[in-house]
Amino acid sequence: MAVGPASIARPAPLAGRALRRRSLLEREGVFSWLMLAPGVLFLLAFVAYPFFYGIFLSLQERRVAAAGTFVGLANFAALMHEPVFWQVAKNTFVYTIVATILKMVGGLGMALVMNQHFRGRNLARAFLLLPFIVPTVLSTVAWMWILDPTFSVINWTLLNTGLVKQNFSWLGNATLAMVSIIVVNTWRGLPFYGITLLAGLQTIPPDLYEAAAIDGATLTQRFWYITMPVLKPILIIVTMFSVIFTFSDFQLPYVLTHGGPANATHLFATWAFDIGMSGGQLGMGAAVALAMLPALALLIVVLTLYLRRD
Amino acid sequence: MVGARALGGRMLRLYLPLAFFLVAMLFPFYWMAITSIKPNRELYNARIMPLIVHQPVLKHYIDLFEQTNFLTWTYNTMLVAVVTTVISLVLGTMMAYPLARLQFPGAAVVAIGVAATYLVPQPLLFIPMADIINRLNLGNTLSAVMLTYPTLLVPFCAWLLMGYFKSVPRELEEAARIDGASRFQAMLRVVLPLCTPGLLSAGIFAFTLAQNEFLYALIFLTKSEVRTVPVGAITELIRGDVFYWGQLMAAALLGSIPVAVIYSFFVDYYVAGLTAGSVKS
Repeated sequence: MAVGPASIARPAPLAGRALRRRSLLEREGVFSWLMLAPGVLFLLAFVAYPFFYGIFLSLQERRVAAAGTFVGLANFAALMHEPVFWQVAKNTFVYTIVATILKMVGGLGMALVMNQHFRGRNLARAFLLLPFIVPTVLSTVAWMWILDPTFSVINWTLLNTGLVKQNFSWLGNATLAMVSIIVVNTWRGLPFYGITLLAGLQTIPPDLYEAAAIDGATLTQRFWYITMPVLKPILIIVTMFSVIFTFSDFQLPYVLTHGGPANATHLFATWAFDIGMSGGQLGMGAAVALAMLPALALLIVVLTLYLRRD
Repeated sequence: MVGARALGGRMLRLYLPLAFFLVAMLFPFYWMAITSIKPNRELYNARIMPLIVHQPVLKHYIDLFEQTNFLTWTYNTMLVAVVTTVISLVLGTMMAYPLARLQFPGAAVVAIGVAATYLVPQPLLFIPMADIINRLNLGNTLSAVMLTYPTLLVPFCAWLLMGYFKSVPRELEEAARIDGASRFQAMLRVVLPLCTPGLLSAGIFAFTLAQNEFLYALIFLTKSEVRTVPVGAITELIRGDVFYWGQLMAAALLGSIPVAVIYSFFVDYYVAGLTAGSVKS
């Protein structure tokens, strides 16, 4: 206990105007909005405004450093007749769906393995999460060298164990390039699933399993009737997050394949970048980016409502 | 022999899969590290066993420091990450506090807005943002990224902190207010200190996200002196078809170390931030 004048003294009563100003600030509504104002204004200016400005741009024929002309939905109509657009759409869906399934299954496996007791578990958890925290571009550079056409360590291993006779061109063949970006995305995102699901598993009291075991429940039954019901809400949220950010992924395919070979690994984001930034067609680029919106909007609305429910 | 069977089971259920996960997750970092100290004659010879380094050299590191602006890029990355983390924590706290603890008109709309802006991915915004930054004449300045990174970080910090702020009992704040503290003082002196773990989680998470950012930096920073590490490495160590692999790996490793070190000190807070949205304990 601090004993001294400070703990005895009460603030002196405030006089006149100061009191009125203070009582105004003490009102919940006034105080709340004063606190919120900077953040809300910032988000309106740099998220909401760019979002609507993007819609406006997509309705224009607009080049960098030139005035735009309004063309209505012409950009979108042109996209509908562009085979590359449909290729990009297919790539994006394949990439998202396959990578998400792999991350989910692999992450569940990682969580179940890590939920056992062993020495050094915290250290292992810290190491396993490394792919997720190291800047994507930097780890993708390492993967570029792992997948190099001539000096790939995977090829070296396969050749020297006699499993194959010829080098695979990991990033040069359309199918293998898609496999490669999916593998690297899975590598990076799997620990996010794994460690989050592990945190969920750790909320299950062990006596629940013991009681079920005593009642004669098999291992499989315990998994489906105790583990899964706890993990389900976590799995839903983590998956929706992961799908949103996989669907709109830019860094990884941009660095690893640049969308090649022959557009085989272009996703909406990398193709929009090529058209809008490298090609300088801001209007068309904005239209490509907005093509992501229907699928994303659905996910964002569902997840926002889900998160608000608690 | 009870032990042998138990050990066998444990091998199958724990050690083997654990070893698989550790090797799979860490091999690329091992590869990064050993590639960065291999001499070129080892790097570009497919017949030499590549899994170990036969004659390690520091040449790539020396070249990286002498021939590129790597130190400047590192400084830029750090400066931007620290500034944006601080901005985002302050704005995030200011938003989260009333949303979590007070009742006022418009609260629901703002809360939904925060969640939605958190989920809007960057690729949806980068083209209009490029035009806006151009019009503001901020191209090739660090201000451009300091201004745009918080668009990703503020909603995240606000949303994470709301959970922590909600957990502080209302009575504590009321007691302080009866003792004459204003709302602001009660927040600063009573609620925030109790939410230190939340502030640490949000801060460490924001810091790693800022270090990871690439798209805005790639678009806004086209001069070498203002680049961040990821952009510098990709644009200056890959020239056309020529890849400076040794230097690329050295840059990737050195660029990863600051995040990894800070992360290692705060793993638990990082994990808490990671799971805060989905795991209710």
